Amino acid sequence: MLTPEIARLWLENFATLIDTNKAHLSDLDTPIGDADHGNNMARGMQALTEALAAKPDLDLAGVFKTSAMALISKVGGASGPLYGTAFLEMAKAAKNSADLPTLLDAALAGVIKRGGAQVGDKTMVDAWTPLVKAVHDGTLSQAVIDEAVATTEPLVAKKGRAAYLGERGIGHRDPGAESTGYLFAALLQTEGAL
Amino acid sequence: MTYGIVIVSHVPEIASGLPKLLQQVAPHLSITYAGGTDDGDIGTSMAKISAAFGENTAAELLAFYDLGSAKMNLEMAIEFADKPVHLYDTALIEGAYTAATLLEAGVSLSDVEKQLQPLVIK
Repeated sequence: MLTPEIARLWLENFATLIDTNKAHLSDLDTPIGDADHGNNMARGMQALTEALAAKPDLDLAGVFKTSAMALISKVGGASGPLYGTAFLEMAKAAKNSADLPTLLDAALAGVIKRGGAQVGDKTMVDAWTPLVKAVHDGTLSQAVIDEAVATTEPLVAKKGRAAYLGERGIGHRDPGAESTGYLFAALLQTEGAL
Repeated sequence: MTYGIVIVSHVPEIASGLPKLLQQVAPHLSITYAGGTDDGDIGTSMAKISAAFGENTAAELLAFYDLGSAKMNLEMAIEFADKPVHLYDTALIEGAYTAATLLEAGVSLSDVEKQLQPLVIK
């Protein structure tokens, strides 16, 4: 059962991973995108951290809704609407459930609806899909995360800025999949989340 | 007028520049725009898009955008909007120019959309 306290710790751990790896995320975004994923996400997670700190008494839905609005208003690139929608859908689902796999199902459905990407399009959906399943199955580990993120490398992008590159994007890892890996790695670091 | 146009671009100057071209052929049309992030950097902002919806004096809007994440922010702004907004996946300049020309001439929305169809590229 996810509590507001555990959700806050999860998001704090995610913010730390994003901040630590922001240069790496922007580097991944340089050959196949617009080189801003790390900085955009770091700016958004900074805003998220501040917004949550300003509201200490939120329920679970409130934690996710506040997070969503911070990301939607501060990120600027595609990751704002995508992660924002993921958290917004988790906020909606959290009104009826505190079950993490249930909330993650809602998040993934939101990401797919917002971005229109499917598995194989070389986007964050390629990481989200197997990782949500791993949470359901109780098999989430860093190795599973690394494998899921790496599946984007041989793909030709169908969505996002990388799609303009066509086959030249082959061999490059999708930065949105990489940051999604951090979201799930943050779960592994958060006691009581899984 | 019943219909207005909203332009959304990652670049503030693209968003503010294109209406100048459109206004030449559509001087009576309400055309508003949202360009860049809240800080004026390259990107798009749902808040700026919502503001462009609000500033537009028309009751119903046709929205045109440049690249994918602009569409996502547009779609979110549309979910919060208090007037109907139609979103078109056309080439930005050609699509907006076609719509401006036809709306100024009083052409119906369904006929405008027919003319936009071949300009859909994304």
